[in-house]
Amino acid sequence: MRLEARTAVSRIAPLISGLGAILFTLAVSGALVLWAKADVVSAYVAIYEGALGSRFAITETLTRATPLMLTGLAAAIAFRARLYNIGAEGQLYMGAIAAVAASVAMTNEAGELALPTSMAFALMILAGALAGAALLIVPTLLKTRFKVDEVVTTLLLNFIALLFVSMLLDGALKDPAAMGWPQSPTLPSELEFSKLIERARVHTGLFMAVALAIVLSFVIRYTRFGLAMRAVGANDRAAAFAGIGVNATLVKVALISGALAGLAGVGEVAGRTGYVTLDMSPGYGYSGIVIAMLAGLSPIGVIFAAIFVGGTIVGADAMSRSVNVPTYIADVIVATALIAVLVAGLLTKYRVRWK
Amino acid sequence: MNAALTLSNITKRFGDLVANDDVSLSLDKGEVLALLGENGAGKSTLMNILFGHYIPDSGSIHVFGEPLTPGDPRAAIARGVGMVHQHFTLADNLSVLDNVTLGTESLLSLRASRAQATATLQALSQRFGLQIDPYALVRTLSVGEKQRVEILKALYRGAKILILDEPTSVLTPQEVAQLFATLKQLVAEGLSIVFISHKLDEVLAISHRIAVLRSGKLVFEGNTSDATKAMLAQAMVGRDVEPIQRREASHASADVVLKLDAVCATSVESRVALRDASLEIYAGEIVAIAGVSGNGQTLLADVVCGVSQVTSGEVKFKGKPMALNVREAIAHGIARIPEDRQHVGSVADLSVWENAVLPRAGDVRFSRWGVLNARAARAHTNELVHAYDVRLASIEHPIRKLSGGNIQKLILGRELSEAPELIVAAQPTWGLDVGAVAFIHSQLRDAAARGAAVLLISEDLDEVFALADRIAVMSKGCLSEARAAEAWTMQSIGLAMAGESDARSERHAA
Repeated sequence: MRLEARTAVSRIAPLISGLGAILFTLAVSGALVLWAKADVVSAYVAIYEGALGSRFAITETLTRATPLMLTGLAAAIAFRARLYNIGAEGQLYMGAIAAVAASVAMTNEAGELALPTSMAFALMILAGALAGAALLIVPTLLKTRFKVDEVVTTLLLNFIALLFVSMLLDGALKDPAAMGWPQSPTLPSELEFSKLIERARVHTGLFMAVALAIVLSFVIRYTRFGLAMRAVGANDRAAAFAGIGVNATLVKVALISGALAGLAGVGEVAGRTGYVTLDMSPGYGYSGIVIAMLAGLSPIGVIFAAIFVGGTIVGADAMSRSVNVPTYIADVIVATALIAVLVAGLLTKYRVRWK
Repeated sequence: MNAALTLSNITKRFGDLVANDDVSLSLDKGEVLALLGENGAGKSTLMNILFGHYIPDSGSIHVFGEPLTPGDPRAAIARGVGMVHQHFTLADNLSVLDNVTLGTESLLSLRASRAQATATLQALSQRFGLQIDPYALVRTLSVGEKQRVEILKALYRGAKILILDEPTSVLTPQEVAQLFATLKQLVAEGLSIVFISHKLDEVLAISHRIAVLRSGKLVFEGNTSDATKAMLAQAMVGRDVEPIQRREASHASADVVLKLDAVCATSVESRVALRDASLEIYAGEIVAIAGVSGNGQTLLADVVCGVSQVTSGEVKFKGKPMALNVREAIAHGIARIPEDRQHVGSVADLSVWENAVLPRAGDVRFSRWGVLNARAARAHTNELVHAYDVRLASIEHPIRKLSGGNIQKLILGRELSEAPELIVAAQPTWGLDVGAVAFIHSQLRDAAARGAAVLLISEDLDEVFALADRIAVMSKGCLSEARAAEAWTMQSIGLAMAGESDARSERHAA
């Protein structure tokens, strides 16, 4: 078996391959639902209802999708420049804890903000973004200076970051009112993101994520930096020959990518939880990689991929309550979808020859 | 049956492109068949079909009278078809013996029978006069020796039909003579050879019969004794070709544009270090650096282009010391045409217009406040496409969709349209078809006539003699003195390229 390049790719090929990927994903996941002795149709209906079937379901999906968009963007921009940032999870936690630390630093003894609210709010966001960026700058400098593989360093830094946050939650940033739980103090309510809809959790962080996706899409396509970034990602030798500072570009990309992942943490703590715990993210940082790949590294695509993944997770939760299939089906659906999309993309460019 | 190999009515289409159109060829035992054609004429496709990399749409192949299973390289090897690729497929960090035996031994056998393999290899190298040390690391071999290893590799696998793809492109004239002696020995022993080339002199010297492909069709087949250079060239190109004209010596001014003073440099990519290279290039002249590839010429070009640093010595541009970095070179308006147009000169996945402005994207013409002026960039690209005759479907397509010749024309336009005072052209016509070569030569000549200093780095001696006012030779990192083109002969330049020059070629200095 081998692949032969297709000479002419028809216009509807991407559509067909996309449909094929969806059908394949539904079939594989459906088989597993059957195996769990549940009715496939009602399971899928339950997932759909749970994700998009009501106003509440939609707000829950969008709440989930918010951090996923930001980590998805973090991965997408880094991967475009071929900087393999696998460390969004750690950067997210660093962003979240930095936001809390900033709020603590800006609060006086009486528990009131020492600064005007808007300034404090901006500083909190900045602190989170910088913390995320700072965590990625170290592996990036190791890569540009000493050619240390960033996949390994960013991945391992996740554990270091998590342990560091854990240390803070049991020490300097432990909430004395939490009855011994490792949990940070709660943000003052002035610093929380506003809710978009009453009695729902979806918050203004969603607007921030969508706006950033649109800005990034413009930056990648229409700025000198975006051109440099794509050139470096596609071929760093040719980029260097054209006078592009490869290392400087990578450092800038790292700052943006880390900051985006840090903002995901800020959004979670200021928009949803109010305080940091160690189970704040169910792997949003890692899911960001899947989302970026599903989106073909396009920032606008990330918006939709994040909603798909967020919706699948929320929907699977609801489905497991109603038809009694474990929520792990959400992971299967997302993972199968990624593989199906990648294979479908390959098949639009190549045909398979059996011998 | 006397035919070693018969290709009957081979047709292969890629979409609308007919790469091979009803091609029939036969190769007799003990014969050298030359396969001629420009790039894109279908030579590679035909050989890839023979070797099982592609399945033909129709037609059949017979080896020694028996049909060959299409699309199975192992079947081709088993039948005694061996291929020596233009770009060697050797593992540098292994010995000659390991390279030769690689893949022939079962992975399950615990002990490689090295003694037997060594004996077989030595017997082969004795029989065919291919001297080689079986235990030498391939990394330490010269290009000619590596080619010998490739030939031995094919023979070790029992090749009776040997396909040589552009085998002389990397050799000095003396090494070519040696290769030809080997080939004669091989056919004397009953082997059959397909010799793929576009160099007419060589084809006429070595082959018994000649086949010419053009646009996928077999347009000429005949005995070498009946063929002439003019008629082969005509068959290849499809029209009359003027022989390369020697350029009239230009009147170089007294202004030194580029001066290298005892430059030493090393780099990771170049195994050969640059040693004490000194050179002056005046405005309006073309100075060629001849030499077999891998002798440090690329490093020399990289230094002037700002890609590689010097360890000692100095580079002066118009009398002033030049900081050696890419941005400085671009700021000085140095036109840089790199050796590898697909991987260094352009970014394959970026669009044509993005590539056309990439080195100068920061220019006020193409961007302001960091935002690209895509309209100006596209307009500029369209001008280049028009002025430099770049054939393409759309400037929005990624540049990898263009042919090598069109990529090179775009790079040439990108650099020459900035009215450069210095042009560094490394292998500017390597692998291009006759039309593109002529276009690029005339552009370089015109640039020199306008007063640009041209540093031409080329392995192609025809090109060197056709273009250069002065020629220097690079061998093992040492740059010879640049002498007037008339002061060199094929003989003296070949010796200089082999690095055993000075005593003998000194005569020509005067």
